[in-house]
Amino acid sequence: MKKFFSIILTLFIPLSFTNASKAGGHMEAEVIHWWVSGGEQAAISKFAEAWKDMGGTWIDTAITGGDNARGTTVNRIIGGNPPTAAQFNISKQFVDLVEQGQLQSLEEVASAEGWRDFIYPPELIETCEFEGEFYCVPVNIHSAQWMWINNEVFEKAGVPKPNTIQDFIAVAPQIQDAGFIPLALGGQPWQEGLMFDVVASSTLGFPHMAKLYRDKDVEAFRDGKMEMVLQTYRDLNKFIDEGAPGRLWNDATAMVVEGKAAMQIMGDWARGEFAVAGKEAKVDYDCVIPGKEKYVALGGDVFVFPKNSDPKVKEIQLKMASMMVNPTVQANFNNAKGSLPMRLDVDTSAADACMQMGLELIQQPSAIMRENDDWNSPAFTSAWEDIISEFRNDPNYSVSAAMDDLEAVLTSGL
Amino acid sequence: MYFLTKNLASKISLLPMIIISLTVFVGCIIYSFIYSLTGSKLIPALNYVGFQQYERLFKSRKWDVAVENIFIYGFVFTIGCLVIGFLLAVLIDQKIRGESLFRTIFLYPYAMSFVVTGLVWKWVLNPTFGLEHSMHLWGFDWFKLDWLVNRELAIYAVCIAAVWQGAGFVMVLMLAGLRGIDEDIWKSLSIEGIPKWRSYLFVILPMIRPMVVTSIVLIAAGVVKVYDLILALTSGGPGYATTTPAMYVMENFFSRANLGQAFAASIIMFISVVCILAPWAYYEFYFRNKEAK
Repeated sequence: MKKFFSIILTLFIPLSFTNASKAGGHMEAEVIHWWVSGGEQAAISKFAEAWKDMGGTWIDTAITGGDNARGTTVNRIIGGNPPTAAQFNISKQFVDLVEQGQLQSLEEVASAEGWRDFIYPPELIETCEFEGEFYCVPVNIHSAQWMWINNEVFEKAGVPKPNTIQDFIAVAPQIQDAGFIPLALGGQPWQEGLMFDVVASSTLGFPHMAKLYRDKDVEAFRDGKMEMVLQTYRDLNKFIDEGAPGRLWNDATAMVVEGKAAMQIMGDWARGEFAVAGKEAKVDYDCVIPGKEKYVALGGDVFVFPKNSDPKVKEIQLKMASMMVNPTVQANFNNAKGSLPMRLDVDTSAADACMQMGLELIQQPSAIMRENDDWNSPAFTSAWEDIISEFRNDPNYSVSAAMDDLEAVLTSGL
Repeated sequence: MYFLTKNLASKISLLPMIIISLTVFVGCIIYSFIYSLTGSKLIPALNYVGFQQYERLFKSRKWDVAVENIFIYGFVFTIGCLVIGFLLAVLIDQKIRGESLFRTIFLYPYAMSFVVTGLVWKWVLNPTFGLEHSMHLWGFDWFKLDWLVNRELAIYAVCIAAVWQGAGFVMVLMLAGLRGIDEDIWKSLSIEGIPKWRSYLFVILPMIRPMVVTSIVLIAAGVVKVYDLILALTSGGPGYATTTPAMYVMENFFSRANLGQAFAASIIMFISVVCILAPWAYYEFYFRNKEAK
């Protein structure tokens, strides 16, 4: 048996050596990310180009779907073969990795380059900083709280464009009578959850949302306003077509682009679909942030750098982190991605009318809105989404039953 | 000692398999159980929380739905495959013309992966551009086929797709059994003047029992591991109406970063499979041995 194992071992030892020498030889970096659509590929290639200009080799490991990509990253870290860099969202997704000491601290380069002075908004520093050290690089900001409106459909239906969700519910029956689907939705839990958060935050305002998601304040949850939000959410359901379950977000956006549906509630990444179809912001389509108070949600992506047993990798990682926050690289990347940059001194002249709205808003600190997943673990947010999704799909699920179930999640300590 | 030395060569050759089974299967089961008692999130961590994960699991509305679904799916899929598979086999057994053509057609779905099956049926059953939409365009306005988006019926839509795929395979197995029946038996049955349907049901079916058992075992294995079909067809929706225990586990493992919960759910899955298999294994290995002696 011993002999058997020694044969196996000798078979694998050369393999592990070649692996190590490959990683340490020159500036070779493997990056795991989930940017696979056309626009996203264009964006990540800006990083890759900048990296190659610095003399590095970029190994692109693109994996479809954020869940799968993050799962691969975690498996590779546990398995002892971590990538050089990996994508996560601006959220609590990677907190465990930091706490378990699996990520490389970027403090050296962060303090040398003064990241704390130029990263904007400061909430991003909060996301990446653990015990006074930087562990992630925010690369862009995507906000979720938009209503995407097909101008032509509203004209044909002869109704005014809405400024709030309530406005929309008032005119939606007329849109329906005119033969259009008033609201396009992809019936997947994350999209249903996103729409719920937009309804809730535009009705209740950000301070109240923070009491729920950050403070888990049961009194604020039970003050009677949440029932109203759930009822509004249920009212919206009447204006969604029955083919919604399982639909992808971009298929729902396509319904608005093609003029089958009047409106979609979706994040600013929907802009790309309009752009690809050759539609012009504010002319063919309109983007509205619902509610009397306008907020811009702070979503987006970060890169983390898993610790590697090879000391040379750390150097490469710090260089890459520095490359990602470089203002020129940031401008190229975000213009391709259609997202907001993570610093204010970046050239955004290429931004279209909708993106300009976001850029203006984000410069007012009071308009910046944090989201559910900024404060809560994926376990919490998905348990929450489950209830919202079930509430949308099951007409027999009463508001009061949903309130009880949501409260149970709120107090579950997940 | 005789127990060990008897058939020594075969025991030695089985040794690698035994070692692999013990380390991989038993080892992993023990590992899963230990970590199901922890509050592990993204990475396994030994922070014990007792049976909290199980408590949370049994309180979860989603888990209830998942368990209910696997029973519905298991029942409908097994019965559906057996009945339709057997009927198809009987029909083909009538010495029809172009038999091999029909055999190919009926077996063809089985050659497709569950993902393809799922996507095909997703399009067929989608009310906005599938069969229902086509029927409306042809003028049949009353036609309604909204199973896939109806939370009560969605799980049956999954069953339809699964039976469509699996029935052909059962047909082939049964047909092999039917072809093995001696001509003389048919001759004596016709001399006795027994109607064909009775001969099939009461004489031939018991004779091809091994084929039926094989089919059931293969189908049952498919029931427990159903995952890709549902993922492609409904992704567990609408809401979580078609979710299954395997999906619940996978979700908690990967997207939800809730390892403790995933381990707890997989241990419960394991225990229920054992509960179902144990009586059968007892019968096969213990009872039968006794009978033979």
